[in-house]
Amino acid sequence: MHRYVLKRLVHLVPVLFVVSVVVFSITLLLPGDPTLAILGEQASQAERLALREKMGLDRPVLVQYATWLGQALAGDLGRSLRTQEAVSEMLAARMPVTLQLTLGAIVLAVVVGVPLGILAALRRNSWIDMLCSAVAMSGVALPYFWTGMLLIILFSLVLRWLPPSGYVPLLQDPVGNLKLMILPTLTVGAAMSALVMRQTRTAMLQVLSQDFIRTARAKGVSEARVVLRHALRNALIPVITVIGLQTGALVGGAVVTETVFGMPGLGRMVVEGIFERDFAAVQGAILVIVAGVLAVNLATDLCYAALDRRIKL
Amino acid sequence: MSTPAIAGTVPSEGAFARTARRLMAHRLGRIGLLVSALVAFCAAFAPWVMPHDPAGIDYEAILAAPHAKYWLGTDELGRDILSRIIEGAQVSVQVVFLAIALAFVAGSLIGLASGYFGGMVDDVVMRVMDGLLAFPILVLALAIVAVLGPDLVNAMIAIAIVNVPGFARLVRGQVLSIRELEFVQAARALGASDLRIMLRHILPSVVGNVVVYASLRASTALITESSLSFLGLGAQPPTPTWGGMLATGMQYWDAWWMSVFPGLAIFLSALALNFLGDGLRDAMDSRLQD
Repeated sequence: MHRYVLKRLVHLVPVLFVVSVVVFSITLLLPGDPTLAILGEQASQAERLALREKMGLDRPVLVQYATWLGQALAGDLGRSLRTQEAVSEMLAARMPVTLQLTLGAIVLAVVVGVPLGILAALRRNSWIDMLCSAVAMSGVALPYFWTGMLLIILFSLVLRWLPPSGYVPLLQDPVGNLKLMILPTLTVGAAMSALVMRQTRTAMLQVLSQDFIRTARAKGVSEARVVLRHALRNALIPVITVIGLQTGALVGGAVVTETVFGMPGLGRMVVEGIFERDFAAVQGAILVIVAGVLAVNLATDLCYAALDRRIKL
Repeated sequence: MSTPAIAGTVPSEGAFARTARRLMAHRLGRIGLLVSALVAFCAAFAPWVMPHDPAGIDYEAILAAPHAKYWLGTDELGRDILSRIIEGAQVSVQVVFLAIALAFVAGSLIGLASGYFGGMVDDVVMRVMDGLLAFPILVLALAIVAVLGPDLVNAMIAIAIVNVPGFARLVRGQVLSIRELEFVQAARALGASDLRIMLRHILPSVVGNVVVYASLRASTALITESSLSFLGLGAQPPTPTWGGMLATGMQYWDAWWMSVFPGLAIFLSALALNFLGDGLRDAMDSRLQD
């Protein structure tokens, strides 16, 4: 296992390098003089020169990159060009929002998608199966922001059951937080539920046709036990992979969902940063998002390896 | 002069004709093709299809609900939603088509060179592609738009760039197996240049799968374009986009038609592209029987 973990970590190094170069390039590739893009056309020559020096833009690109990377690894992602607040502090304040949203969506996807996928596989070609397939196909084509808007119209404006937007931290007001999180979680989790359902159905159908299931049934094991203990355990392996691989899409969904529901998460930080030309904030948020996605992918790989004994550890 | 068919034999069917026939026999693929064709038709002939001027302001019909004159209602300036959706289709079709075409060409060439030359070139190129694939699509698109600035062309470039790694990976994987086949070895033995082998011998063998992949990616590209427009980072007003119309709809919740119909246009178009992609994949899969 240690060797496998080490191998995966080594594979991650070049990927992280490319990611860091791309994120670093955000300020480097700004058309024209980056200080002009940041300070605006009205800035004086002296102001621009001061910013150039402060940002280290007068030094060679490689030195700039090495300095930026060293500081980033030490947790120093610079200061917001707009508020002068440390980017790491901004990230720390916004990360719990995005984390709660994405984790909630994953839980929802598993709680809804796995049982429906099992049901669709057990009742193959029935109306339940067809309904599940239709929902799964539709889920993939649903833009997150539209799902969010429809949910607001239905549950906030028509039924008046839930608040339409806003955010309060979980520890500050747990009930208020849960009320505010239901619609965004449903928005991000709906598409993922569809994918998990589709994957569970396919995996269950494959597993249920295998010899060891026939043997278990022949030995008189109850159907519930065959499905839940024998089949599901094996079918869950590809489902976990899909969840891991979809984390990136999930985070992309969180970006727009946070905008629809006015939540102060990482996604909103990126979008606001672009409008306010706060490139340090944009860089920091994107770096954390991608590092998070890579960490989840690594964890998925390790789970997969731990669950499937055929993979050499 | 046409060649008479030999008695008792069936004239062989071309690959294109076979794919078209199988696609039309594929129920979901057929629906996808028809809806996609309808959207493309509306986009191409928008000025003739639109019932009203999409920029025309009707002060007497501000935020009017759907009715006989304005089938899908009007917006906050009294502009016809249906006409704006049709004009928005022009933007979406243009962005999706050009972005995917760009990604198709760039990704195929990168994958072709990487797979064909192998070694150091392959290692470096694929690590770069892996690095780009680590970004969530929308987040990478946002990073690119952050650098280039928010507008329609930049959104298209961003969508093209985020799709390049997928095409490159697909083509490279196929090239790795094809380059060892006899017909490639034969071309090499006959003295064909690397460029000729890649473009004349290998590329035609992989292009079918790349077309299928392109059709499947078109749906994601459409949703990415809509998301960027929704966030205000795509085409800028007054150009109507489906995502931009939804963003405006968020300020007028009581006018539900502003939030429902543009979203429905995105959803149905994305669904149709998915169906078309699935249908094409099945139609071009030689392992599947007629």
